[in-house]
Amino acid sequence: MNALRRNVLKSAGMASVVAMAATAGLLKSGSAFAAWNATAFDAKSVPDALKGMGAATPVESKNISIKAPDIAENGAVVPVEVTSSIAGTTGIAIFAEKNATPLIASFTMSNGAEGYVSTRIKMGQTAMVRAVVTAGGKTYTAAKEVKVTIGGCGG
Amino acid sequence: MMNRREFLQILAVAAASGMAIDSKQALAGTAPANFYELPKFGNVSLMHMTDCHAQLLPIYFREPDVNIGVGAAVGQPPHLVGEAFLKHYGIRPGTREAYAFTYLDFKAAARTYGKVGGFAHLKTLVDKIRASRPGSLLLDGGDTWQGSATSLWTNGQDMVDACKLLGVDVMTGHWEFTYGAKRVKEVVDKDFKGHIDFVAQNVKTNDFGDQVFKPYVIKVMNGVQVAIIGQAFPYTPIANPRYMVPDWSFGINDDDMQKVVDEVRGKGAQVVVVLSHNGMDVDLKMASRVTGIDAIFGGHTHDGIPYPSQVKNAKGTTLVTNAGSNGKFLGVMDFDVKNGKIAAWKYRLLPVFSNLIEPDAKMAAYIQKARAPFIAKLDVKLAVTDDLLYRRGNFNGTFDQLILDALMAVKGADAAFSPGFRWGTSLLPGDAITMEKLMDQTAITYPSSTLNEMTGATIKGIMEDVCDNLFNADPYYQQGGDMVRVGGIQYVVAPNNKIGNRISGMTLKGKPVDPNKKYKVAGWAPVGEGVAGTPIWDVVAEYLRDIKVVKPRKLNEPKIVGIGKNPGIAPGLA
Repeated sequence: MNALRRNVLKSAGMASVVAMAATAGLLKSGSAFAAWNATAFDAKSVPDALKGMGAATPVESKNISIKAPDIAENGAVVPVEVTSSIAGTTGIAIFAEKNATPLIASFTMSNGAEGYVSTRIKMGQTAMVRAVVTAGGKTYTAAKEVKVTIGGCGG
Repeated sequence: MMNRREFLQILAVAAASGMAIDSKQALAGTAPANFYELPKFGNVSLMHMTDCHAQLLPIYFREPDVNIGVGAAVGQPPHLVGEAFLKHYGIRPGTREAYAFTYLDFKAAARTYGKVGGFAHLKTLVDKIRASRPGSLLLDGGDTWQGSATSLWTNGQDMVDACKLLGVDVMTGHWEFTYGAKRVKEVVDKDFKGHIDFVAQNVKTNDFGDQVFKPYVIKVMNGVQVAIIGQAFPYTPIANPRYMVPDWSFGINDDDMQKVVDEVRGKGAQVVVVLSHNGMDVDLKMASRVTGIDAIFGGHTHDGIPYPSQVKNAKGTTLVTNAGSNGKFLGVMDFDVKNGKIAAWKYRLLPVFSNLIEPDAKMAAYIQKARAPFIAKLDVKLAVTDDLLYRRGNFNGTFDQLILDALMAVKGADAAFSPGFRWGTSLLPGDAITMEKLMDQTAITYPSSTLNEMTGATIKGIMEDVCDNLFNADPYYQQGGDMVRVGGIQYVVAPNNKIGNRISGMTLKGKPVDPNKKYKVAGWAPVGEGVAGTPIWDVVAEYLRDIKVVKPRKLNEPKIVGIGKNPGIAPGLA
């Protein structure tokens, strides 16, 4: 099965499969479908990006879990999963706080979609990875540190 | 369960009955015949070895005099050295055990009690334990295929065959991966098939997160189902070259560990253990977060810990052991399982004293055969040492100083870096430094030496980065190696500070290191792909041939500040 899955992807090309999934309505990405929020994505700091999103003061929440490596294996592709168990989650945004432009992705959910996104982000240095969740007109947040190291010298 | 008080009492009794003997007896050859007599206990027995680093023959291995704990780990095992270690575990100074577990009086004790480890000796011991405990399993925590000339020159094959002969049942890994993903799969799928289960719940493919190896095996011992879950070194692609395992993802992944524990319990496992290469601090934290594990048999950090740490978590207690390195120890855990649960346990970490054990003839013959094609190369004498040469310790070792001095001299560098590896055997004053002994310190698959121009700011950045891998207060951010060894630059280190603020007072030849000035810095073991350079062993061999005799040299160790009274450092060093 796995080999088959891999071959399908190889022949189709990863990007096009994802694109197909998106056009089939399985995935609705803010960056692809909603109006591009230049103010938020071009902001040079987390507060400015939050302001641009209209989410200036999100509340800390334990109902958001962020799964990301403690130490990145490759800063260029850091896998990040965000799960929101907050009822009525309609948006999940991901920030790498020390990136030049911290807002990395913003996902919009509708029709009671599960509050879960999984993606890969680029990080230049050790930083907090922050998730901001929108639900019922309010915003919530949680963060996890991901270390980016030069490597070597182990064990 | 036996508590620590009872354990200390047993030790006291053992000492009184002659188990721990003084040096005069040993010199007279009157070691107790019953040293390795372990009365049978319980119905499930697991033997554990780890981090042998491909040492097939007996060696010397000096334990550290600096092993500083930070955060919650201050003064806790494994961060105890010397007398503090002996006191904590109730071991009498000057005994055989004190020699095995500490650096104290190492030169004299090594001459008295002799070498440790060796696969032929280990084989005799394993067979002896097996005879009294039919069906017992031998677990190997990894770092088995790397650390010697012959393992490097045979792509790990000498160790693969030695482990099959030794009777290893289950294994996980770390340095094994530095032979490349293809080689690891080849050994696991072919050589190990039907002999050794290679387990790792935390190695998955980058693309879909599929398991690369079996996450666990369930074995049946005296009618009891025993699950052994594998945990490979979580930071392999960071601490070692990423390009060796480009398609695999590692990590601690304790959420996944919990799922696997729940799965094996669901399948009826009555005993659940983890064979781990996390390193002891990470194991201790994992034991506090994941429930349902009876014991974690740990390695990586090379801590010889005589008695398990007992870690409480939300649903019970997990035992955490660490079995040292270089074939020096064999752990024996006996569980008494009654009514589907562990009712009692006993643990011993047996030092493998080579002169107390008759070597197994078959293994001895195998080792001789495996070494035969390389003997001429191995035995080339490069120099003689007047000093005790060792590596282990948080900041520097005398053999590392020798490597640093060689790098600076041969490459004409202002400063040098040498990785904080924890493997590498010890040599006594008067010993010859043969090519084999040099390879014990340097035998890796990415041995290139380098010479780069770096600004003072870059040098500090590297030192801060590595220092955080050692002293981050959260064990999950630690990588389990020691501090990068630094030649030519003196510095001050504050382990309890945060990254960016641990290193200060950097000077080179008495002058402050200028953040903007460029310096010539030599090094080796680059983790990036395509870095070419003379192998480090050729650089050091050239230097050794030139100096002929290694005189005691000044160990460049930083001034350590801000740690107060810390039992992880020998008195007088901070």
